[in-house]
Amino acid sequence: MMTTALAVLGVLALLFGAILGYAAIRFRVESDPLIEQIDDILPQTQCGQCGYPGCRPYAEAIANGDDINKCPPGGEATVRKLADLMGVEPKPLHEEAQNAVKKVAFIREDECIGCTKCIQACPVDAIVGATRQMHTVIVDECTGCDLCVEPCPVDCIDMIPLIETAERWKWDLQAIPVRMVEAD
Amino acid sequence: MQSLLEQVAAGLLWRFPGGVHPPTRKAELSKKPIASLPLPDKLYIPLRQHIGVAGHCLVHKGDHVMKGQPLTLADNSMSVPVHAPTSGLILAVTEHTSPHPSALPEPCIVLEPDGLDEWREREPMHYPRCSTEQLLERIQQSGIAGMGGAGFPTHLKSAVQQHVELLIINGVECEPYISADDALMQEQADTIVQGIEILCHILEPKAVLIAIEDDKPAAISAMQNACDGRQPWYVRPVPTKYPSGGEKQLIQLLTGREVPAGRRPIDIGMMMFNVGTSFAVAQAVLHDIPLLSRIVTVAGDTLQHPQNVLAPIGTPVSDLLHFCGFQPERPQRVIMGGPMMGFTLPDLSVPIIKTTNCILAPTQQELPAAGEEMDCIRCTACAEACPASLLPQQLLWFSKAKDTEKLDEYNLFDCIECGACAYVCPSEIPLVQYYRVAKAEIREQQREALKAEQAKARFEARQARLEAEKLERQRRNEQLAAERAAKQSASAPDAVAAALARVKSQQQQTPGDLEAIKAERERKKQQARERQAEKTEAPADSVSATDPRQAAITAALARAKAKKQAAATSDSERVQSQQTEPGQTATESVETAAANEASDPRKAAIAAALARAKAKKQAAASASDNGQTEQEQAKPAHTGAAQAAAEPAQTAAASEASDPRKAAIAAAIARAKAKKQTEARPAPEKAGPEEAKSDQTDPASAPDEHIAPTEQPSDPRKAAIAAAVARAKARKRKETELK
Repeated sequence: MMTTALAVLGVLALLFGAILGYAAIRFRVESDPLIEQIDDILPQTQCGQCGYPGCRPYAEAIANGDDINKCPPGGEATVRKLADLMGVEPKPLHEEAQNAVKKVAFIREDECIGCTKCIQACPVDAIVGATRQMHTVIVDECTGCDLCVEPCPVDCIDMIPLIETAERWKWDLQAIPVRMVEAD
Repeated sequence: MQSLLEQVAAGLLWRFPGGVHPPTRKAELSKKPIASLPLPDKLYIPLRQHIGVAGHCLVHKGDHVMKGQPLTLADNSMSVPVHAPTSGLILAVTEHTSPHPSALPEPCIVLEPDGLDEWREREPMHYPRCSTEQLLERIQQSGIAGMGGAGFPTHLKSAVQQHVELLIINGVECEPYISADDALMQEQADTIVQGIEILCHILEPKAVLIAIEDDKPAAISAMQNACDGRQPWYVRPVPTKYPSGGEKQLIQLLTGREVPAGRRPIDIGMMMFNVGTSFAVAQAVLHDIPLLSRIVTVAGDTLQHPQNVLAPIGTPVSDLLHFCGFQPERPQRVIMGGPMMGFTLPDLSVPIIKTTNCILAPTQQELPAAGEEMDCIRCTACAEACPASLLPQQLLWFSKAKDTEKLDEYNLFDCIECGACAYVCPSEIPLVQYYRVAKAEIREQQREALKAEQAKARFEARQARLEAEKLERQRRNEQLAAERAAKQSASAPDAVAAALARVKSQQQQTPGDLEAIKAERERKKQQARERQAEKTEAPADSVSATDPRQAAITAALARAKAKKQAAATSDSERVQSQQTEPGQTATESVETAAANEASDPRKAAIAAALARAKAKKQAAASASDNGQTEQEQAKPAHTGAAQAAAEPAQTAAASEASDPRKAAIAAAIARAKAKKQTEARPAPEKAGPEEAKSDQTDPASAPDEHIAPTEQPSDPRKAAIAAAVARAKARKRKETELK
């Protein structure tokens, strides 16, 4: 009786083990989808402010256990999403990234000498120009990553805040009266 | 089971959930005739008054325009032009406070009417003979955008492929005070009906429903008379309830069908236009009158004569209010739009645009400012009032928590922002404001997400391109290497054969031959020695007396020597330091160069340049404290070179010096160096700029007998390059210092 029970259980264990083993091979997930998910959350500015050469390398680093608060362009929202995804506590961003304003690069065109250095630096090909011709930034494509500012030999690139338009305007809650509470 | 059309024909009405019954306050207004506003002093016409993109501005400051002349060019389907409401002068194209709750400045054309009201040429159309495309083109070019409030371009809305079952004309003005459409229907019913006929011609609907609230009996009878028994047209009075004038609510009210979330009425075979829009269509097609003016309800207890006013587009609100006897309180609120959905204006210079239906200037008693917001007591009054069957409380909490996922789950984007929830809220929570903020936030996030996606795609495309370029380069290099190897291997056997042959011939040579060769060599050496001796012995004067060239050289030599001595002494006197030495050596080198190769002016020039460069280098190396010495060093070099290269050489030297590019580069380098030096040791006096200036002028002016230098600074491009190079150097230097 005892032996029969053991045998049956043993056979069952072997059977399930075989099924699980087969399933593991048959339904194996090809790549690590976690990296893809993290990469989707990151803002894709490719600015390298995290210390990695682009958003995907940083995504890989996060998947391997790096900090989630190294992305200033993404801001608080990105950190929160990453925390949700990774199941860790959201950490505050570095101080300077706290209240970052959206900016885009602007080339002072009469000072541009046409050296193409900024074109080479732009990760998203948002600068047009040719050798010895003045360059200009495609505002709609600029991610505001700052990478073009450093290589410019004549310092003719400014990062200017994006102008607020009526479409981009976020309603302010002026309807709510602000009242001073007496401290007691 | 009756079909929908049969049910509609039978006069059946449905109901939509929620809704509120605020006091309408329209009775007095709707009885008055429409007043015509005298032309204002200035009209502010925003370039964009509809949903979509602005057209390109066609006019400039100082242009004279005729009434009805297009001011912008609608060059794509998402834009409609704006027109001059009257003839006059364009004062400016500038930024002006926009009629938008944000009050951000937007581009505006400022028009000063000349009072003549001169029309441009007009081309009325006979619409039954026109194609749909022609009519849509006319509607677009007349600048017609939905007059109900949203401002969606009418030509886009009408250009549908789907079949239109029911054309609904919206005469339901459900917001309190507003009676502009009511007044229009009373006075212009015939034109509205003509407009509906044109729309029918375009859309070919099976039936037309004209919906008017039952508190507007005059409008109902006027429209019924104007329709004059047309079939199947129905004028349908609907019960007065807010917000029955909303597109989706009115469709539900009239047909019992709901427009699915995120879809348009055309998806269920309906099309809706405002009465104002159909009036504008009739005007545009039949009389070629673009959208130049609109009826605005000007109401509120601070006005002596509240009434409906026909105002040109671009009229400042202040003109309208004063026309109606405005007696402002302090503080006075002026609202654009109705009391439910409107917004407070920041100032009264804001213009009337195509979608402005009401200006409200209420007293404090009439429309008190929003009270203090209190906590939600979960009374569910808002949920009962919501015409879209949403859960306003849930949405409020999720809005406060910025939980976009939950907001989406609770269908925030189905909210029509009617304000019914805020109206009924006993805690005076401005619910709609919260929803608007949340919506703007979500839209921004969506925009960001889209942008991130694009950036990613561009980044990946770039990476791919760089990779491909790298591979291509690699391949080319390999190919070249292979070619080279092939060439070598091909020529190798020949070389070997040649070497073998040489060895063989050497072996064949007899010892006698070798000796003969040796003797020959000796003889040649002897000859050379003799020639040398002859050359040195020959007195220069006697040989070159007849040769003016040679004479010039010697003269130059003498002059240079004299000069050198003078320079050396003066330098040592003035500077009294080792800094003179580089100068001296430079002059010396120049001299020797000049003496050796004076016959070749080109070489002399090069030598001079080299010497100059050397002098500069030395000066830099010895860290001379100012640019002054540098100039001094450069000066003798220049003059030396110039003088050494005598008359024939002079022009060449000039050409060398006149190469403005090189000179400019040299100047830039000099400037950069000077800057570097001044930066390296902060001079107590403001020597930096002065030096830089003198540097800039000096290398140019040094060989002053030539024309070249004058060309130099006149080339602005090169000067700019030089300046840029100098700036770059200075910057680099600064950076290294900072580090």
